[in-house]
Amino acid sequence: MADFISGFWDLYVAGLVAFGLVLCLILMVANMTSQGSGAPQMKGHVWDETLREYNNPLPRWWLILFVVTVLFSIVYLVIYPGFGSRNSDTPERDSGLRREYAEEVRKGKETFSLEKYAGNQNLATLATDKNAMATGQRLFLTYCTQCHGSSGKGSKGYPNLTDNDWLYGGDPETIKTTIAEGRPGVMTKGSDLDLTPEQIVDVANYVLTLSGKTADAARAERGKPLFEEEGKCALCHGKDGKGALAKGAAFAGLGAPNLTDDIWLYDSKLETIVDGITHGRNNAMPTWKHFLDDAKLNLLAAYVYSLSKK
Amino acid sequence: MQSQTTYNYKVVRQFAIMTVVWGIVGMLVGVIVAAQLIWPQLNLHEILQYGRLRPLHTNAVIFAFGGCALFATSLYSVQRTCHTPLFAPGLATFVFWGWQLIILLAAVSLPLGLTTGKEYAELEWPIDILIAVVWVSYAIVFFGTLAIRKVSHIYVSNWFYAAFIIAVAILHITNSAEIPVSLFKSYSVYAGVQDAMVQWWYGHNAVGFFLTAGFLGMMYYFVPKQADRPVYSYRLSVVHFWALIFTYMWAGPHHLHYTALPDWAQSVGMLFSLILLAPSWGGMINGIMTLSGAWHKLRTDPILKFLVTSLSFYGMSTFEGPMMSVKSVNALSHYTDWTIGHVHSGALGWVAMISIGAIYFLLPRLYGKTEMYSTKLINTHFWIATIGIVLYVASMWISGVMEGLMWRQTNPDGTLAYAFIDAVKAKYPFYVIRLIGGTLFLTGMLVMFYNMLKTIVGEKAYDAPVVAPVAAHA
Repeated sequence: MADFISGFWDLYVAGLVAFGLVLCLILMVANMTSQGSGAPQMKGHVWDETLREYNNPLPRWWLILFVVTVLFSIVYLVIYPGFGSRNSDTPERDSGLRREYAEEVRKGKETFSLEKYAGNQNLATLATDKNAMATGQRLFLTYCTQCHGSSGKGSKGYPNLTDNDWLYGGDPETIKTTIAEGRPGVMTKGSDLDLTPEQIVDVANYVLTLSGKTADAARAERGKPLFEEEGKCALCHGKDGKGALAKGAAFAGLGAPNLTDDIWLYDSKLETIVDGITHGRNNAMPTWKHFLDDAKLNLLAAYVYSLSKK
Repeated sequence: MQSQTTYNYKVVRQFAIMTVVWGIVGMLVGVIVAAQLIWPQLNLHEILQYGRLRPLHTNAVIFAFGGCALFATSLYSVQRTCHTPLFAPGLATFVFWGWQLIILLAAVSLPLGLTTGKEYAELEWPIDILIAVVWVSYAIVFFGTLAIRKVSHIYVSNWFYAAFIIAVAILHITNSAEIPVSLFKSYSVYAGVQDAMVQWWYGHNAVGFFLTAGFLGMMYYFVPKQADRPVYSYRLSVVHFWALIFTYMWAGPHHLHYTALPDWAQSVGMLFSLILLAPSWGGMINGIMTLSGAWHKLRTDPILKFLVTSLSFYGMSTFEGPMMSVKSVNALSHYTDWTIGHVHSGALGWVAMISIGAIYFLLPRLYGKTEMYSTKLINTHFWIATIGIVLYVASMWISGVMEGLMWRQTNPDGTLAYAFIDAVKAKYPFYVIRLIGGTLFLTGMLVMFYNMLKTIVGEKAYDAPVVAPVAAHA
């Protein structure tokens, strides 16, 4: 009954369904005539000079087809059941889909057990297990390629997983946490840090110099103190711009990239950096633990770990 | 026999010509989106993105091309079979211009990204209101003409057109119930799975009434007319009419198999889809058997070829549809190109072919002639279109079944054998074949356009005198 707010609608639909089936049967029975001998009977009316109608009987094979589908439907609706929602949400008479789903999951678990990969594993060792990594790669191709690419090399805004440069840490356990819990890749926008548009361009020029790129020297010089100022960029990226990981364990969850290594999540154009600071960034790595079981999380973590070790 | 008053052909002429024009436009957009699936770099600008052009394609072919064909043929045949000029001819003129305005608004608003997000009902609320007004006007013209008919019995084509007009009004108004937040944005009054159910009740009946019942009305007038044979069975037409219009209303849930829709509702949708097989085939039998005794005409009459081929595709699609609505088949076919193939076997094979046949029938008569400029070109059109459909449908069948099987293929360790992109890559050659098929079909429409121009340009519009009814001789 849970599908409707009152029992009336349930009866209404069930009643109409039954009515429709009966109507179909009555239509057929009322029109079951057989072919007499001789020429087909012609109805008397003529429209638009030439339009007339024979009144041939219903083709027998067609009638049988119609009857069979209606009878099949009645039987199906009784057994499944489908006359309204009654009885269809109790476990014993669950109307099929949930039962089928549970059955498929059970069979799947029996046939394809990845159980041996669950629990506490040495993920670094797992990463050297050929069979495990073959499975890990297939899981990666199913769940991770949409963002990180089939090779794991990422794309604009999606980290490259093969370069041994990490935002949250590259040891296998941390990778597993990243996959299981997800990560918020958030950067505050410049105006929230009281940076004016001009100052944002200054800071961006300074950021470019951090990795040794050419920039407007005067602007970079003005940007440096802004970058390092209490409560601005340095809060997450560190005074030296080496990123959150370099700041120590307490900051590891921030994910603020190292700005000195010339590895770019977006790109190193001045306007891209200005855009990033102006609007902030709002990335998200989804949380997978509600969707993937522990064995799959282990396999994926080990596989991603292995990508950067090649 | 003949009185002085004439039938009102003006609105029929307007709609007939626009059928060809919108057919070309809609199919051209179809060819563009098919090409974008092969060459993504063709997504040149945001207003030309696949995601915006695709609903433009569906709206243009269904409501602009199909709609104009239905208006033209229904407003022609209802006068002829009622032996009276149109009721409220001024209102009929409004229907024509109103419908063209709706099409233009759709052609502007959809590429701009204004959409309700409901498939086949994407247009925003001001256009929805305009559609409702135009549609009710159409109903007044049609039913008014029926009311002033000079014969006691209503011819079968009019039952189907009548059911189509009433049902589409109910469907459109119910599904488009929405709360506006601005001139260009609204939200559906339904939420969650109820919204999905209402949407697909509408969506499937857009197929059932707009693309089936309406075109069956067309079939019941133009097939016996062109073949010059009596309709095969009055009794069959009665039975399949009532069975069809009742059961179609219930088939919508098969679009929501294996979703949050309650399971019992899915079952009801599947079963009424199965039951639909016989009533649908009733129309095919009645159309094809009407030709018995006139089969030889197929050799020389390309218009009849269009009509008979459309009935064959109708029979195929209405077998395929119930089969795909069976849950276990749907588990394979849903979300794949198989659905696209199925839709186009109906849309190109049935809807377009019968419309093209009917328009070839109409055009010369609307200009006081007996034949199109070139019968040979009609024949050329027929073969180009048929080959196009076969390429289109067969490639999508193969591609759809292939991707469905690839998605469910597992390795011994239970992981999926193919990443999603593998299936996309595998479909590439079939996308190319589909593009060729679609381009051929579009080419056929261009041939038709040329033939139409040669037939009507410089010719005087002609309104035939009203024919007095023949006294019944039962």
